[in-house]
Amino acid sequence: MENRCYTILIENHAYETESLHAVDLKTQYLMWDYTEKVKNFFLHPKNAGEIENPDAVGEVGSILCGDALKLTLRIDRATGRIVDARFQTFGCASAIASSSVLTELIKGRTVDDALSVTNQDIAEYLGGLPKEKMHCSVMGREALEAAIANYRGEQKQVEVEGKVICKCFEVTEEKIRKVALENRLTTVEEVTNFTKAGGGCGSCIPDIEAILKDLWASPKAQNMPQAQKPMTNLRKIALIQEVLEQEIRPRLQADGGDIELKDIVGNRVIVSFRALCVGCPMGDITIEGIQEKLRELVSDEIIVEEE
Amino acid sequence: MKPVYLDNNATTAVAPEVLEAMLPYYRDSYGNPSSMHTFGGRIRREIEKARAQVAALINAEPEEIVFTSCGSESDNTALMSAVESFPHKRHVVTTRVEHPAVLNFVRYLSRKGLRATFLPVDRFGRLDHDVFLKALDDDTAIVSIMFANNETGVIFPIAKMGEILKEKGILFHTDAVQAGGKLPLDVKKLAVDILSLSGHKVHAPKGVGALYIRMGTRFHPYLIGGHQEQGRRAGTENVASIIGMGMACELARDHLNVEARRMAGLRDKLEQTLLRTCPDARVNGDVTNRLPNTTNISFEYVEGEAILLRLDEYGICASSGSACSSGSLEPSHVLRAMGIPFTAIHGSIRFSLSRYTSEAEIDRVIEQLPGIIGELRQLSPYGRDKITSKTCG
Repeated sequence: MENRCYTILIENHAYETESLHAVDLKTQYLMWDYTEKVKNFFLHPKNAGEIENPDAVGEVGSILCGDALKLTLRIDRATGRIVDARFQTFGCASAIASSSVLTELIKGRTVDDALSVTNQDIAEYLGGLPKEKMHCSVMGREALEAAIANYRGEQKQVEVEGKVICKCFEVTEEKIRKVALENRLTTVEEVTNFTKAGGGCGSCIPDIEAILKDLWASPKAQNMPQAQKPMTNLRKIALIQEVLEQEIRPRLQADGGDIELKDIVGNRVIVSFRALCVGCPMGDITIEGIQEKLRELVSDEIIVEEE
Repeated sequence: MKPVYLDNNATTAVAPEVLEAMLPYYRDSYGNPSSMHTFGGRIRREIEKARAQVAALINAEPEEIVFTSCGSESDNTALMSAVESFPHKRHVVTTRVEHPAVLNFVRYLSRKGLRATFLPVDRFGRLDHDVFLKALDDDTAIVSIMFANNETGVIFPIAKMGEILKEKGILFHTDAVQAGGKLPLDVKKLAVDILSLSGHKVHAPKGVGALYIRMGTRFHPYLIGGHQEQGRRAGTENVASIIGMGMACELARDHLNVEARRMAGLRDKLEQTLLRTCPDARVNGDVTNRLPNTTNISFEYVEGEAILLRLDEYGICASSGSACSSGSLEPSHVLRAMGIPFTAIHGSIRFSLSRYTSEAEIDRVIEQLPGIIGELRQLSPYGRDKITSKTCG
């Protein structure tokens, strides 16, 4: 929408619509768009610092690129549990807040369990990040992977091997593919927001377009988006709520009915009918319809039940 | 709590006298200055008074002033006018450190097939005179060089360059949006043909600017329509803001000498104290030749947006050249053109003062900033000896 308005403006001046650089068309985020949670974690970060003789170290980013994170972990080798996590971050408010939240999310978890923390989890914990700042949450996830690989004595294979696509920010093809798949990114702008790739000189934008085209054309990506790692409960609950609010309730309300979400137990979604839906003979069909929609948009295993 | 406002190169407070002068034109005197009836027509006289007030600030003749909607419109108009007036000339010269209103317009012209030269600057933000001379040729339609830089405050030798361009018969435009009201400007002594001014940088409201066009200069309007501004800029006049800009320019002229010295004194106190109390801090730009109200300081190993947000907690307003605070991912084009290391650009903070800045405000920054920098450095994985050699960009 924003872009279209800009285009109209330019047409009024009888210019060609292609004439401005992509960056010019972006709407600027405002620094104060941060949520209270981001501000709080930035102003009063938890777990800042460095663990001496740590059991695991993950270092990502660089001062030249504008943000960097060093994550140090204390791990109980007998149980594989992360007993302490500390961060040091060079970067903006959302980078510092994301790093701090990461340490909060992984403390007390086993190493295997901690790996299920995604960049979306970090962003959601903060009540969301401005879209241009999503790369801060991705940096957190990367540092976690790097630290755990370091703990397990694995070579860092995440970034070293891949072909560098964005030279300004040293982003590899592998990283672009991985982050795009995990976050269902379909446009170059989204890829830039999540990885910074394409946000410098812009010369790699055609390459990113080609990667996205290839990625979403492959049957693997179409058939199992987000199949890379299990969805967290947090994410699942948020998704179910979103689908109910945006897809289902408006339709029921249009017919004078409504439902209320009562509880979510594992994959069981318990709802209760409201208004004209109460006692409606079509109730079973409605439940089935809701279940179908949730299975399509959230998970195949969802079962919807009436309270 | 009243904010400590040190972001006056972004915009300034409207002066109380300016607001007072404007109000009647939002209330009873709402007529159109182009109307034949007395109710509208007498407003024309007030606009002419404002024109004379703006002209006086730069020692121009009133008829050499055209009111516009902002500094950007003034800049765009100057460049477009040159291209339209000299269609056989296909070359434009500017610098790498201009405001986007010039920089992006010249880029636009170059996509339209014109040749563009972007002059480099040295690490102090200065132009090289020989490089400037070599850039000029018979095909050059216009040279557009800012009077003073908005990020660093560095002043370019406009008078000297003007003499050369006058001799060669090349049109010369200067974007004096930041210099207006802060430096004494005299177009009778400066050989510039077109000069841009903006209202809201000199305590007038946003949404009004001006263009000085030297008498006898070939000119082509940018906004085409009615006969307003003697056919040089169509559109019904933004009456109240024009009256406000006139008053603001008169006040700026009255205060200029005294205030320039006072602001420079406060600026120097701020700068020198911070350099002493914050390790690994450095000033960006030529300190011997800059606006009296501006300082641009880099704090190594910390990121600018983080500094700004911490300052904001104390009600202190400043700005940064870091990538994170620019809205795009690119750090300041001005500091990059100067070859300032990326590590220093990310931690750059600009403080810009106005005649309303008090010593108490400066003291508040001096009090809070060293602690903020120290805390953020505690959070940072980097320090004086911790920088790795990994490259980026």
